[in-house]
Amino acid sequence: MKIVYNGEMDERQGKAVLGETIPAILESDPDAIYLDADLMSCIGTLKYGQQHKDRAIDCGIAEANMAGVAAGLAMAGFKPIIHSFGIFASRRCFDQIFLSGGYAKNDITVLGSDPGVTAAMNGGTHMPFEDVALYRVIPGSTVLEPSDPTCLISLLKQCVNHPGIKYLRVGRKSMARIYADGSELPIGKATVLRDGTDAVIFAAGIMVHEALQAAASLEKQGISAAVVDCYSIKPLDAEIVIAMAKKTGAAVVAENANRHGGLYSAVLEVLAENCPVPAANVSVEDEFGEVGTQGYLQQRFGLTAEHIEAQVKAVIARK
Amino acid sequence: MDQQEVKALKALAVRIRLATVEAIHSIGSGHLGGALSIGDVLAVLYGREMNIRVDDPTWPERDKLVVSKGHAGPGVYGTLAVKGYFPYEELKTLNKNGTRLPSHCDRNKTPGIDVTTGSLGQGTSQACGLALGDRLKGRKDRVFLIVGDGEMDEGQCWEAFSFAAAHKLSNLVVLIDWNKKQLDGMCDDILPMGSFKEKMEAFGFDTVQINGNDVEAIAAALERTRQGGDKPYAIVLDTVKGAGIEEVANTVMNHSMPVNDEKYEKWTGELKKELAELEG
Ligand SMILES: Cc1ncc(C[n+]2csc(CCOP(=O)(O)OP(=O)(O)O)c2C)c(N)n1
Ligand SMILES: [Mg+2]
Repeated sequence: MKIVYNGEMDERQGKAVLGETIPAILESDPDAIYLDADLMSCIGTLKYGQQHKDRAIDCGIAEANMAGVAAGLAMAGFKPIIHSFGIFASRRCFDQIFLSGGYAKNDITVLGSDPGVTAAMNGGTHMPFEDVALYRVIPGSTVLEPSDPTCLISLLKQCVNHPGIKYLRVGRKSMARIYADGSELPIGKATVLRDGTDAVIFAAGIMVHEALQAAASLEKQGISAAVVDCYSIKPLDAEIVIAMAKKTGAAVVAENANRHGGLYSAVLEVLAENCPVPAANVSVEDEFGEVGTQGYLQQRFGLTAEHIEAQVKAVIARK
Repeated sequence: MDQQEVKALKALAVRIRLATVEAIHSIGSGHLGGALSIGDVLAVLYGREMNIRVDDPTWPERDKLVVSKGHAGPGVYGTLAVKGYFPYEELKTLNKNGTRLPSHCDRNKTPGIDVTTGSLGQGTSQACGLALGDRLKGRKDRVFLIVGDGEMDEGQCWEAFSFAAAHKLSNLVVLIDWNKKQLDGMCDDILPMGSFKEKMEAFGFDTVQINGNDVEAIAAALERTRQGGDKPYAIVLDTVKGAGIEEVANTVMNHSMPVNDEKYEKWTGELKKELAELEG
């Protein structure tokens, strides 16, 4: 793994990465099988799907059925990967994922696209702020949120052979470039992207880029903030969380999700039991989503580098 | 229905399509195909069939419309703007930051929108609840439910239809927009549904199938549903996705489409010409 972040966007969009990686997985593993619910066009897999109808199955607009079918395919010896928008891949089929999947020990990889405010133009009905919380409470589940295309590829490939229910929260648009091509980001680990001494920012997904921007700006003001990429929200890398909290003595968590039940909750659980330090969040404050550009929504819900900066200063003041 | 009324309904359908294109052009792209396919049924509902008060959008006794295929929001907003529920100019705020016109129908944001939809399937059960609730409250109104043919993949639709028949919701009219396409392509290539007419009949609905882009046929079919009885009604609307604008109708993947300045000029020009002929 090598960090190459310089503030620029990766030229590969999430959609294109999924459109390449899913077929590549299917081609390399005959037991892998991919199911979608009428949204293949949205993640670049439609062409492959139309040419390989036995490997890539369009289930129609029936997410609950798709999840149950995936459980059956798992029993029959397959490794199902299913996709829908994050809202439908979580809320719409939660009971089927929970029981037919998790409880019955039928392993399924779930891709939920358009996390949080990245659902932008599709609006409030399509904006998942709660998917992380829902998937975290399935026993034995794995919840992942890649911060860049390389991280996405690495995690998706691991998911296929990882036990249990795996939820991968994945953007379809541009993301920052954080890791060198080919880097491996192991499930269960976190990456210290930037070291620091005054506070640590734990972030996931699009908030990693915001956190790095915030840390750069804070440095100019004489504040040393560390940044940790918590792409593995569950299992969370408790070792790094504890070490960085102890080292800096103050923590901020930045997530593109509701403050309840997501990464903030996960980090606080570790801190409370091991090394309570002043902590604060940059999250959506218990609200539903709405329509608008991603930039507007990040302002509207307080998910920008400036919001992170303010919270870092606030936690340091509470030390 | 006299020919003058038919002409007026046709003109309203064109005005609705003009308004729909106006709204989607303002943001650059959107769910054009499925908004256009229901242009004619919206015209007959709002121009003739529904008992509504534009100046009192929450009047409890009004007929209600549930657009369960909530992504057709721009088509419904176009209709509401033409009817005067809000200023026509507001169509240009579609999907803009802070708008009252989000991409999917939202009862708490838009005057005249009765039910929040966007997660396909969910409007069907809400429509049943509304129809049952209004009946229990002694109201005489009816509930119209527009469902997409792709949307019919959702099991919830069929749970709702079983409920509607069990409770003899004859104040419910289900309008199925059978435009043959969903997001990834043709419905028959993804999840063939067979005959909606036979399925709805088997589920206990009084069902007819008509040309869903013909205002006269729609008006006649809706008139039939006024008679009450002990069955809910279903009308299978045989439509074209993108109906009313030739180039859109002829585009294979027309679920979500860009409307740039050039297309806007071309399509609104065609529609205005059609309107002038009808109203000429
Ligand atoms: C539960 C759910 N799953 C997926 C989607 C995404 N989606 C929006 S429109 C659409 C296709 C709808 O097809 P159809 O019902 O036929 O609508 P129309 O052709 O009238 O546009 C899909 C899959 C959704 N809105 N809701
Ligand atoms: Mg359709």
